Amino acid sequence: MNCMDSKQPETGLLGPESDSQRTLYPYVTGTSVVALKYKDGILMAADMGGSYGSTLRYKSVERMKPIGKHSLLGASGEISDFQEILRYLDELILYDNMWDDGNSLGPKEVHNYLTRVMYNRRNKFNPLWNSLVLGGVKNGQTYLGMVSMIGVNFEDNHVATGFGNHLARPILRQEWHENLSFEEGVKLLEKCMRVLLYRDRSAVNKLQIAKITEEGVTISQPYSLKTHWEFSAFQNPTQGAVGSW
Amino acid sequence: MTKQQANWSPYDNNGGSCVAIAGADYCVVAADTRMSTGYNILTRDYSKLCKLADKCVMASSGFQADVKALQKHLAARHLIYQHQHNKQMSCPAMAQLLSNTLYYKRFFPYYSFNVLGGLDNEGKGCVFTYDAVGSYEKVGYSSQGSGSTLIMPFLDNQLKSPSPLLLPAQDAVTPLVEAEAVDLVKTVFASASERDIYTGDKLEIVVINADGIHREYMDLRKD
Amino acid sequence: MFRNQYDTDVTTWSPAGRLFQVEYAMEAVKQGSAAIGLRSKTHVVLGCVNKANSELSSHQKKIFKVDDHIGVAIAGLTADGRVLSRYMRNECINYSFTYESPLPVGRLVVQLADKAQVCTQRSWKRPYGVGLLVAGLDESGAHLYYNCPSGNYFEYQAFAIGSRSQAAKTYLERRFENFKDSSRDDLVKDALMAIRETLQGETFKSSICTVAVVGVGEPFHILDQNTVQQMIDAFDIVGEQEDPAAEPDAAAGQEAAAEPSAAADQGGSTDEGVAPMDI
Repeated sequence: MNCMDSKQPETGLLGPESDSQRTLYPYVTGTSVVALKYKDGILMAADMGGSYGSTLRYKSVERMKPIGKHSLLGASGEISDFQEILRYLDELILYDNMWDDGNSLGPKEVHNYLTRVMYNRRNKFNPLWNSLVLGGVKNGQTYLGMVSMIGVNFEDNHVATGFGNHLARPILRQEWHENLSFEEGVKLLEKCMRVLLYRDRSAVNKLQIAKITEEGVTISQPYSLKTHWEFSAFQNPTQGAVGSW
Repeated sequence: MTKQQANWSPYDNNGGSCVAIAGADYCVVAADTRMSTGYNILTRDYSKLCKLADKCVMASSGFQADVKALQKHLAARHLIYQHQHNKQMSCPAMAQLLSNTLYYKRFFPYYSFNVLGGLDNEGKGCVFTYDAVGSYEKVGYSSQGSGSTLIMPFLDNQLKSPSPLLLPAQDAVTPLVEAEAVDLVKTVFASASERDIYTGDKLEIVVINADGIHREYMDLRKD
Repeated sequence: MFRNQYDTDVTTWSPAGRLFQVEYAMEAVKQGSAAIGLRSKTHVVLGCVNKANSELSSHQKKIFKVDDHIGVAIAGLTADGRVLSRYMRNECINYSFTYESPLPVGRLVVQLADKAQVCTQRSWKRPYGVGLLVAGLDESGAHLYYNCPSGNYFEYQAFAIGSRSQAAKTYLERRFENFKDSSRDDLVKDALMAIRETLQGETFKSSICTVAVVGVGEPFHILDQNTVQQMIDAFDIVGEQEDPAAEPDAAAGQEAAAEPSAAADQGGSTDEGVAPMDI
């Protein structure tokens, strides 16, 4: 495990890792983002924890931001890299607005741009340590896509990063349908977030839900979910388990 | 702080299988639509097929980000070709371009496994099969990707292509008619998705013939 | 005939505040064979006159496809035109590589104009000797721009450049108010009429003109000769005589004052005194 203490100099393709200025592992990370398409646009949920390894270092990190008029970005992974990405996008949108010519970048364009940024950084062996979720609505078209830190990208009706991929997406696959109302969508997201809260150790009970429609972006005030920790499985987790733990 | 995770890798394998079969006047190219990473399914509906020219379709599996970069690069090169020559690139020309493009990244390869199918200048079906660094061969049928170890021997058994060592060289196109080839493709994917966890969800089949490009889908196992 | 002490260098001002080298470049546009463009809400049509340099040669290509949604027609130095269209093609390819969507026409035109402007401010460069009519479609609709060697650009409903373009301009000025709601075919017809205006004695047939269209649901493409000939025949606009289809349009009568006879002066020398910005 303790690779940094190894005596031999690590002579990889790019020289010893010790004098590298590249991201080799993240410092402060955010956990899952869950998002889905619904009747009028996109709903996205993320909690507000920022973990330093296993320490809960920050408790009020905003991990979802509006990008221009038509897009909403959510991120898990390295918080500082996410904030750097936001600076790139701010500049991109600023220059786009400066043309003032009736054309604007929609969610598809922003998603593609992000894909190129992430992939270029991985080509330089200097990744931005994030999984990004991009949702948006433009000209009546809803768009929802994902990009990973090495540039893997796709669109889907619902997406989730990190632990969400394990715990939330099975629920989404079972319960999602095209004509979800806003209330149903929020309920479904909360169901996912509650499962994540119970099972993902770095999830915290302070989350935001963001909505993007043709009218624009609204991000909710932070709030917490009602939990019930009295389930017998939580009380005595090893009961009935055969084996060691 | 001790390192928490394994060394970062610029690569991933997103799985998937590709098949192409050439006939006398058609070519069938097919791939499943599952995209995975490890034991996770990222999405069940991601097309691995890419139309590179009017009579040329590429099916690619491997690392999706590299595949996408490769597809975009080839699309841009094809636009330039069209501007310069006022015509579509032929399938054999695209095959050479793909090889060169892959070899250009010989020492930081595109982790992509491709089969290219289409019609040659005579309207005959042709299939080109590649490795990740660009070596390629013209064949009558081929399979690439995570399920290729299951599919390839099955095709060999069914199609029995003439040995490339024969003199004089024999034509590699399969004797099947179009409908038989499409059925065979459906069968091999149904079989591959039984054992290969990276192949499944949906099969996308493209048939290229004198009438143009025709596309159809078939459901595969989702587990 | 243009000799004076302020015209040996692009970057030298004349006391009257003019840049002669830049104006000469604009003169090159007027010498080139004519190119015209016009647009409706949904379509843009480009047209040009094909002139062969000699009896023994073929003509040069004057209309270029830049991308599915953009095309250009050029007048002036064709060689410079080709360089600029290659630049535009590259910009389109690069934009769609990063965004997977088409480059907005207006933005490409500004980039092109900025590129031309640089050549008017560097002692070791020369201005491009070509005028470009840029036709394109984007989310804000159909557009027609004119790009000038001076680095200026203008958006038009309809415009003509090149030799004897004044005649085509006059025709377009008389009718442009109807273009907005024109059908695609009517637009092509008006393009053919406008091209005919620029001809000098030759019979109007498909071999001496090129027409290209871009519009909603119709990627930019050059019409093939047969189609053009069929349209010429169908519209019965072969003759040199007054256009039989044109209504005696009274509305735009005022511009008609500067009609055909004045058109011959486009050779250049008469409007020598015009400042570069007034093209």
